Amino acid sequence: MILLTRKPLDPDAITATVHGDANGGIVTFLGATRNETAGRRVLYLEYEAYEDMAEKILARIAQEIKERWGITDVSIAHRFGRLEIGEVSLVVAVASPHRAEAFAACQYVVDRIKQDVPIWKKEFFENGEVWVGMEGHPRPLSVPR
Amino acid sequence: MKARVRLFAILREKVGASELTIVLPEHSTVADLMKEMAHQYPALLDGIAHTMVAVNTEYVQQSQLLHDGDEVALIPPVSGGAPDIQTGDTI
Repeated sequence: MILLTRKPLDPDAITATVHGDANGGIVTFLGATRNETAGRRVLYLEYEAYEDMAEKILARIAQEIKERWGITDVSIAHRFGRLEIGEVSLVVAVASPHRAEAFAACQYVVDRIKQDVPIWKKEFFENGEVWVGMEGHPRPLSVPR
Repeated sequence: MKARVRLFAILREKVGASELTIVLPEHSTVADLMKEMAHQYPALLDGIAHTMVAVNTEYVQQSQLLHDGDEVALIPPVSGGAPDIQTGDTI
């Protein structure tokens, strides 16, 4: 299941989508919004998504772990819009017959999401706001991967 | 020809619009579009070096030819997902 939504994510319900009788290992990663960045207190965050493209690339990432680990039971859910501190922004649930593949595939998905899925995060501080990723990560116009 | 250009995050804020229509000569490339956009919206110049481009939801190179009605998206550095626990990076 691939899901982009403004509504709160339900990790249990998302994890349930990958359960299966053949799966002995189920790994669910939760990404949550953090209250500080580089010593500055974060008040809240906003995520913005290019929804059509993000869904397409998330589906491609799911296909990549199928090719690499043979895993078909994967769900990726990303929330966007305004999130308060401590809320869940990302849920990645992966299930496979054995745990090693589930751990590896889950980490792979989380790492891949940060590479080229068009979702942006803005942090709001007491005295300012910043789009994360614009400082210190110059990247020339190019095709990733 | 006309290209529909979508802007996100910091680029959307710099231009003050989430969508633009840019008129270009036939056989224009992504590079031509970027040049025209930087001309029309000088505020974009800062960010353009860090920007990737997608045409019809696929990443493309600067040399990509554009066609009438293409949806072009300017993609500033992405920052979805979760904080990196090991390094403390924010992306």
